[in-house]
Amino acid sequence: MAHEHKLEIFRGLLKFKSNTQKIWGVLIFLTIITAVEVGLGISKPDSLTGNSFLGMKLLNWIFIILTLVKAYYIAWDFMHLRDENSSLRRAIVWTPVFLVAYLAFILLVEGNYIYEVFRDGFVTWNF
Amino acid sequence: MDSTVTTGAQESVWGGGNRPLGASYGKLMMWFFLVSDAITFSGFLAAYGFSRFKFIETWPIADEVFTHVPFFHGNYPMYYVAFMTFILIMSSVTMVLAVDAGHKMKKNTVVWYMFLTIIGGAIFVGSQAWEWATFISGDYGAVETKGGRILQFVKADNTSERAALADFAKTLPGDRVAHENKNGLWFYSEGYQPSYTVNEVLEGFKADSNILVRTETINAEGDKTVLSREESLAKLQSVTQVVEGANLIHNEYGSRLFADFFFFITGFHGFHVFSGVLINLIVFFNVALGTYEKRGHYEMVEKVGLYWHFVDLVWVFVFTFFYLV
Repeated sequence: MAHEHKLEIFRGLLKFKSNTQKIWGVLIFLTIITAVEVGLGISKPDSLTGNSFLGMKLLNWIFIILTLVKAYYIAWDFMHLRDENSSLRRAIVWTPVFLVAYLAFILLVEGNYIYEVFRDGFVTWNF
Repeated sequence: MDSTVTTGAQESVWGGGNRPLGASYGKLMMWFFLVSDAITFSGFLAAYGFSRFKFIETWPIADEVFTHVPFFHGNYPMYYVAFMTFILIMSSVTMVLAVDAGHKMKKNTVVWYMFLTIIGGAIFVGSQAWEWATFISGDYGAVETKGGRILQFVKADNTSERAALADFAKTLPGDRVAHENKNGLWFYSEGYQPSYTVNEVLEGFKADSNILVRTETINAEGDKTVLSREESLAKLQSVTQVVEGANLIHNEYGSRLFADFFFFITGFHGFHVFSGVLINLIVFFNVALGTYEKRGHYEMVEKVGLYWHFVDLVWVFVFTFFYLV
């Protein structure tokens, strides 16, 4: 099971000498991201909660983007998808991404619609 | 393009024996399972999003629900969950290190890193159990209205400070007699009773002018709405029961769906971690006994590693959508 490891992250910006070193590097990166998330979650800066983009608060956009970044590095370096064939990688990544995006879109739009029915309808729900 | 199947003369495409994905059978099957499991989890999280969007104005604020750290008193939102996240990422790291050592056929290093991974997983499951216990036993207590809405209590002089039922509820002399086995033909034990009756909470509220009602509704600033004294008294007329803690039917933190999804999603994830720890244990003993050394490769460590990282990956999403967003 001799494996070739690709030792670059951040598109070659950071190159590690060994696989073990890369693992620790990725850990540091993931820890920093988690710390940033928790810090923002506790402080909740007004500039980020007050403004929104596409109907969602900026803060929540930051959380979701940071989560996807974390997911990327867990999958690419810990689950070593970086070292797999691109065909395997694409099959694994794009299948769920497509299905999840579809499901999330439909359910969130529907949930929002029901919220509007509750809000604007003639039946009182809050009593 | 290493993804295309080579169709050169040196290889017969139709005769079989090609490995277009370049991965072993076992690894492919593990990936198969993980992709389907990822879709299952996404289904749960999407359902959570659906319910949350439905009740977007009244959904509980996670920071106010998960505020406890073991052995410490006080209000520490998020810290413990952040610690759990770190533990899980850390155990993911020891797992990759085990896989890496496996590739180099270093048996003792693999054993050592597998052991650390199992410890990390056990700490995480233990934390999860503690988190559940805290959530179930509840914090301040609340009352539920006829329409199933939760009313919580805050101090009037500082509305960000919650008031527990025990702070103001009166103890009234009651004539409630417990029904006993010897007195009835058909006997049902009475089950759990809240510490205070609705009447005791109401009387306590009327007597203590420093208490206000806080509703589920989130205002423009992103905080829960606090009612004035008169509004509070009017609202309390529709109270039907006292709620302490959370279960699948009643939930003192607010929308009951929040508790349902909390139990379901973190429970399903916790079960994954638990089974991951068991599988890791089996592989740990196999490594220690030299099974993979004899087999000539440590692919089993790699496969269980994939599962373990997947559990970590799911937690990253659960953490975001349950605790942060």
